[in-house]
Amino acid sequence: MSVFAGFDVGSLVTKCVILNNGNILSSSIVDSRSDPEKAAEKALEIGLSKAHLTKEDIAYTVATGYGRIALPAVDKTVTELTCHGRGAHHLCPEARTVIDIGGQDSKILRLDEQGNMIEFAMNDKCAAGTGRFLEVMAHALEIELDELGEFSLQSNNPVSLSNTCAVFAETEIISLLASKRPKEDIAAGIHTSIAGRVGNMARSFGVHSDLMMVGGVAKNVGVKKALEDFLQVKFALVDTDPQITGALGAALLARNSFEGRSQP
Amino acid sequence: MRPESMKYFDDFRNQNLLAVEHARKNGKKVVGTYCGYAPYELILAAGAVPVGLCGTSQSPIPAAEKILPRNLCPLIKSSFGFAITDTCPFFRLSNIVIAETTCDGKKKMFELLKEYRPMHVIHLPPGADRAGAQRSWLEEMNLFKKILEDTCEVTITSESLWETIRMMNRQRIAARSLHELNRLDPAPMTGIDMLKALLLLFFNADYEYGIDLAYQLIDEVKEIALKGMSPFPGGTPRVLLTGCPVSIGSEKVVTIIEKCGASVVAFEMCTGYRGFSLVEEDNGSDPMEAMAERYLNIPCPCMSPNPGRPDLIGDIIKEYSIDGIIDITWQACHTFAIEDAVLQQHNREHWGNLPFLHLETDYSTADIEQLTTRISAFIEIMRERREYVPNKQ
Repeated sequence: MSVFAGFDVGSLVTKCVILNNGNILSSSIVDSRSDPEKAAEKALEIGLSKAHLTKEDIAYTVATGYGRIALPAVDKTVTELTCHGRGAHHLCPEARTVIDIGGQDSKILRLDEQGNMIEFAMNDKCAAGTGRFLEVMAHALEIELDELGEFSLQSNNPVSLSNTCAVFAETEIISLLASKRPKEDIAAGIHTSIAGRVGNMARSFGVHSDLMMVGGVAKNVGVKKALEDFLQVKFALVDTDPQITGALGAALLARNSFEGRSQP
Repeated sequence: MRPESMKYFDDFRNQNLLAVEHARKNGKKVVGTYCGYAPYELILAAGAVPVGLCGTSQSPIPAAEKILPRNLCPLIKSSFGFAITDTCPFFRLSNIVIAETTCDGKKKMFELLKEYRPMHVIHLPPGADRAGAQRSWLEEMNLFKKILEDTCEVTITSESLWETIRMMNRQRIAARSLHELNRLDPAPMTGIDMLKALLLLFFNADYEYGIDLAYQLIDEVKEIALKGMSPFPGGTPRVLLTGCPVSIGSEKVVTIIEKCGASVVAFEMCTGYRGFSLVEEDNGSDPMEAMAERYLNIPCPCMSPNPGRPDLIGDIIKEYSIDGIIDITWQACHTFAIEDAVLQQHNREHWGNLPFLHLETDYSTADIEQLTTRISAFIEIMRERREYVPNKQ
């Protein structure tokens, strides 16, 4: 049995997926911090121990994400766009439009029936509408990042944020808190703001049904719901952690490369 | 391997500067130009030396932004910055600078530039397809002719104009022949070298030398190609770069594309296919009319409508077996940014829906990482298409 590893070295966290011929054996998520190489090593270590394997079992590795070039030991690097497309297609073969919101960027991909990416759009030079934006806002509200989504669902009256810039939006939130607006309304407003920003990008790109959302921010139910409301489309339901989609794509490409079928 | 003759092209700016200084010392008038609409035939027929002015690097942009808005095209800011900081030696050497009313940004910038150097602004009609446009353009050409004659104290005759028309045509044929070498797959020349060589041809003061050099390079590249050599491995995706003018100093997108594993085989830009069209040589006709017609038909997005550009791109796609199109727009360049939608529509309807990437950027290095990610992903799309489509033409 051949085993493959995929790494997605993101701006905030590093993800690793261990794969055999068809199944995800294990996955791990660790902080990227300032040393992506160390983060990848640690992610691999955790992944291997969960799957009861050793480094020697790995036949081929592919890395993706911003830190991919920092990993000297991988067999190949591929962009996170292609990897997210591959991963999304594996988890949901019907998906034709994929929205990925990661730590420092957001992307819209269009896939064909085979899961090949045919087009993409990305946000420009700015952290508006990304995981980093959410992190700053959660901090301003003094709420844990992973609780922000659930918390915002209590709101019936989301505030309307006029700034998409993370720095200006933080100032705006502080003044909203000072004027005693309920925190849940502010949280919901933050999610609506991201949904508007990413949703507009998706709309101008044309949303084709069987829409899927991947990336770390897909774990936030508030953003997901706000995007569904904005686009008037429901996301495909997938059991796998959306945050590992890119690493899964990398592992799938490692398998393909090893078998000599595809050379993206 | 890199052609030996490319070494002449590497240092072309300094060579050209010496040539212009030399000409000026010998009493020739120097005419600074900014754009492909400048009628070089006429300048040469007046016995003057036309020279392209600086405007393709980031360095003088902060100085320009003290006067111009920041959210403006870097080509306009750079041109203005070079002039006002006196860091473009060609601007300093120019007896007169000519400019054209192409886009709004340029024509308003030229109003400010008038303070720094004697200038003449040629008025372009907003479109080329009406009788009035052709008339007014010919009038503008005649006015410019008069200004040149006064500046250079000569009379431009039909004979002298036909002579320079023939020379410029030969230069454009040489440039096009060089560019056509990259029809071969894999391309025998890198896009960066092609860009450098084309620039020397277009902006060199000694035309005969430039034409000779071009044919020398063509011969050498043909030999290299015959030996089956190329800077790129077989299967390298072939990119058509279209859009705003890219030059040395502002070549970052070309560099990134080739570093990430594709080759730029065709340039649909001012220093490229948009500049290859010829003046019709018919001794029975009027040379001013023949020349005016050539310039008015340049397929630049400042013209409305601009059907020549998609037509030209359609031809290039067929001739160069293009795998993908990258459309580059300089920040805040409305004409090119909007025309992108026209090209994308043509791509869907007539060009086989090729992978298409629209990039907006400027001369700074701030977005190199983002551009690298986008361009790498785009190359992955082209590679997949090359592999998964068995009947690629």
